[in-house]
Amino acid sequence: MSTELKPDFCQTGNLTAGNRLQSIDVVSVQSTEDRANALTSGHRACQGCGEALGARMAIDKVMELSKNKVHVVNATGCLEVFTTPFPETSWNVPWLHSLFGNAPAVATGVQAALKAKGMEDVTVIAQGGDGSTVDIGFGCLSGMFERNDDVLYICYDNEAYMNTGVQRSGATPPTARTATTPLSGPHPGNNFGQGKNVPKIAMAHGIAYVATATIANVRDLEAKVAKAMSMKGARYLHIHVPCPLGWGSLPKDTIKLARLAVESGLYPLFEGEHGEITGVTKIRKKVPVDEYLKLQRRFVHLFKKGADTEDLAGVQAIADAHIKYYGLLDDGEK
Amino acid sequence: MLKQVEGSIAVAEAIALCRPDLVCAYPITPQTHIVEGLADMVRKGKIKSNCQYINVESEFAALSVCIGSSATGVRSYTATSSQGLLYMAEAVYNASGMRLPIVMTIGNRAIGGPINIWNDQSDSMALRDAGWIQIHAETNQEAGDLHIQAFKIAEQLSIPVMVCVDGFLLTHAYEQVEASTQEQVDEFLPPFKPMQALDCDDPMSIGAMVGPEAFMEVRALNVAHFDNALEPIQEISEEFEKIFGRKAGGLFEHYHSEEADTVVVSLGSVNGTVKDIIDEYRKEFVSIGSFKIGCYRPFPGKQILEQLKHAKRIIVVEKDYFAGVGGCLANDMKIAFRGSDAKIYSVIGGLGGRPIFKKSLMKILDRAMEDELEELSFIDLDRTLVEREQVREDQFMSNAG
Repeated sequence: MSTELKPDFCQTGNLTAGNRLQSIDVVSVQSTEDRANALTSGHRACQGCGEALGARMAIDKVMELSKNKVHVVNATGCLEVFTTPFPETSWNVPWLHSLFGNAPAVATGVQAALKAKGMEDVTVIAQGGDGSTVDIGFGCLSGMFERNDDVLYICYDNEAYMNTGVQRSGATPPTARTATTPLSGPHPGNNFGQGKNVPKIAMAHGIAYVATATIANVRDLEAKVAKAMSMKGARYLHIHVPCPLGWGSLPKDTIKLARLAVESGLYPLFEGEHGEITGVTKIRKKVPVDEYLKLQRRFVHLFKKGADTEDLAGVQAIADAHIKYYGLLDDGEK
Repeated sequence: MLKQVEGSIAVAEAIALCRPDLVCAYPITPQTHIVEGLADMVRKGKIKSNCQYINVESEFAALSVCIGSSATGVRSYTATSSQGLLYMAEAVYNASGMRLPIVMTIGNRAIGGPINIWNDQSDSMALRDAGWIQIHAETNQEAGDLHIQAFKIAEQLSIPVMVCVDGFLLTHAYEQVEASTQEQVDEFLPPFKPMQALDCDDPMSIGAMVGPEAFMEVRALNVAHFDNALEPIQEISEEFEKIFGRKAGGLFEHYHSEEADTVVVSLGSVNGTVKDIIDEYRKEFVSIGSFKIGCYRPFPGKQILEQLKHAKRIIVVEKDYFAGVGGCLANDMKIAFRGSDAKIYSVIGGLGGRPIFKKSLMKILDRAMEDELEELSFIDLDRTLVEREQVREDQFMSNAG
């Protein structure tokens, strides 16, 4: 998607929101006056919260394209808690929260009800964090995919259970410190498992559209929302959202971290249709994983004196494997 | 028109006449025939609504789909049994907490372990305090009729309703049933007008997080609405009788129990057996009657006490037995009758599908009427076996320790 953009005349941060030099047809919804403001200010997210940004970017775009005809189903988690402390709400959309593990099924019900009422022009979004998506709600997610229900599911992945106090999830990267993978023992932090790559698992379901996106690249994120909304059936968007609280990073570094995750190869940006990869976003300037990891206290043990160098090498190997699998570097680059 | 049909089909046909907009279920014995029947009717266009039938991957998903559809403002139905009800337990509480008027059939079945597919009522009993209205069917006729009432109760009060139908004994049994007509049901059951629903023109956040500053009030309000349900449940049953010309539902039903010294209290299909027994006693001029509780939640304790204040002894026959509690219905009765002189006996039977034979139950009633019955007794329990195994297993554990 981003290949359609023309970043030539841009200043630093050429793909971020608010760039006045872009033509109006590619400018981000976030930098327009009439954005829907789906998630208003005044909510209770932490300073530098990547999830709040990701949700606002995604749902504002959905609002623009659907002309405000949208129903949003939210899983339990940070996003639900910080946006709707009764009697307040930050949502400017019809919004429904039921449980931690059932958002995809609830969305199926919302969509089926709209169908029964002959209101299929309303877009149905289900959203949740990585805990609800890759772990507790995964059965419902797979069921929604398998039935090809007309729902766009958005996962905001901050790589652990942040709402409950930073415990490990199935999306926590190897070696990362969480409250349940503490920095003790011979291999501190999270173990090296196979990982649960839900974008790839979604691809295996053969659903209409799967994409990964990042809050560091707003227009790519918005273009992917737009692409998803141009299609029918089950669709999945996975957005990488740094969490200063859980990652031990500075709030000012949230966007920087989101960018470094992509540039290091740890978080590949790709999209696919019906089980086939249709596009990847190339890495512009490859960085070693150290640059990404060093900004986060959850990886501090990797850089201590006497640290097991194998652990750091293992993380780099994951990034290198992504780069190879998705072809993230231009030919000749290494 | 009288039809000879399976209980499940009587239920499915009654639901179809209610014009549900969404049916979503996951298969579990003995609920399956109901949802199979509905799936077929949806495919054949026999339901006079744009009904969506959704197949899902679990009971948790089934009720979650209903939560989504009900919150979007359409009439929603599911059915389950046993483990399935327990698997959706989290969503059961969520639906009542959000006051979504979903109707769910419970094809009553034992809960494991050990796994057992046959009838008792421990499943719906396990979730008796989840904030759902629970009404029990005695016959296939009533099983169908209660579903028509259930949608009206649920939607009028914005409280979900479980219709408890004894698994196999009703769901798989063939009986004569008088079918309702679409005209009757349409006259009785108005279109669903939700208390609140997702709406693009009036965006609302449903299911917000409620903290310590308001949670108690929200919970108290919820329970207050629940406790006020008894009167409407009775009224709806009476309205049903006017339109359909037959009795069904309501809070309770007397059978020679208005003035009897001894009253047998029960829920669901076992009342058929009890009534046969009462007939036999009555031939001998014994002062005994049967009192069927139709609505178990909310529990009409005050009304039952008023109705049975003359009774000297009350024998509660039920098909559930819980560690630390015993029989749930007996417990509720003891609370309702505290301060009363009536003696309350708890009789447990029919667990895991064991038949309740007239002869066995009569032996127990005879002993009760001679004031020789223990406070807790069991129908056809092999006590010798239980006691022998208890000794053997205790010995094994102490050796192992």
